[in-house]
Amino acid sequence: MDLLFQPWHWAFSGFMIVVVMFLLIYAGQKFGVSTSFQTMCSAAGGGRFSEYFNYDWKKQSWLLIFVLGSIIGGYLASHVMAYPESMALSQSTIDDLAALGVAPPELKNHSLSLLPLDLFSMETLTDPKGLLLFVLGGFLIGFGTRYAGGCTSGHAITGLSNLQLPSLVAVIGFFIGGLITTHLLFPYIFSL
Amino acid sequence: MKNLSYLFIGVLFGIVMTKSEAISWYRIQEMFRFQHIHMYGIIGIAVILGALMHYWMKKNHFKNAAGEEVLFADKPKNYIAALAGGSLFGLGWAMTGACPGPLYVLLGHGYAVIAVIILSALVGTFTYGLVRKFLPH
Repeated sequence: MDLLFQPWHWAFSGFMIVVVMFLLIYAGQKFGVSTSFQTMCSAAGGGRFSEYFNYDWKKQSWLLIFVLGSIIGGYLASHVMAYPESMALSQSTIDDLAALGVAPPELKNHSLSLLPLDLFSMETLTDPKGLLLFVLGGFLIGFGTRYAGGCTSGHAITGLSNLQLPSLVAVIGFFIGGLITTHLLFPYIFSL
Repeated sequence: MKNLSYLFIGVLFGIVMTKSEAISWYRIQEMFRFQHIHMYGIIGIAVILGALMHYWMKKNHFKNAAGEEVLFADKPKNYIAALAGGSLFGLGWAMTGACPGPLYVLLGHGYAVIAVIILSALVGTFTYGLVRKFLPH
């Protein structure tokens, strides 16, 4: 029961990601979530605007079903299997974020928030801060993952574990971008 | 039946992503500040065990549920795209604290603002489709 109602150790989590990857391969597919953005653009008729979306997207419809499942899984994990204990977040991270004005994890409806609730609100969305973090941030995710040909699942997990050099280059890129945002852009964005 | 199995694997993925806290904006910040082993441990274990799995599957000509031998395609050797696109994604990953998989999982958690991030991501992918012929790969 602890597995259902407690957070997991990182080693077990890593193992379970491999279980997901194994199941997808056994089902005849591969683990790579950002392709779903391309599939959705194609299904919405994007093929009229770019060759990139002009293909039989129905062959990737399995990925949309997987995506639907992950939304349901997120609902179950947060509403049914929720745990009230606080997250074992490093104190130095809490302190660094407090300096930016971000509150630590808090309880909401007897369940722990994995995000700063004040920040991830519809009110923030209309601030310059929210526009940058969510609208620009989302755009960069959609643009960057497809340009790179994969995200954390396709490059960092599948690609690295299949010893793909382009994936190692992509992961180095992930960190270049992430470090720039965290250490150079955040002090500015959070002062807005 | 096949579709049901994809749905089931998706549900499992949503639970794994939540229980691992890999969908947490806080955990991603902790990772980019090098303040805890948590995210490195998750990805590191997944890559090491995944590499053993790939090795085992190739060695044993592993067959999928349909009885076909699984073939592992190499990623295209587009190093410029991998570095440039990867860096752009990294900027957005740290801003939102979520990569594509966790975005869907967080939508299931019920955060409305996540829907805006996903829509923006779709606009980003659409834009890439429009301009990709002008970009170095």
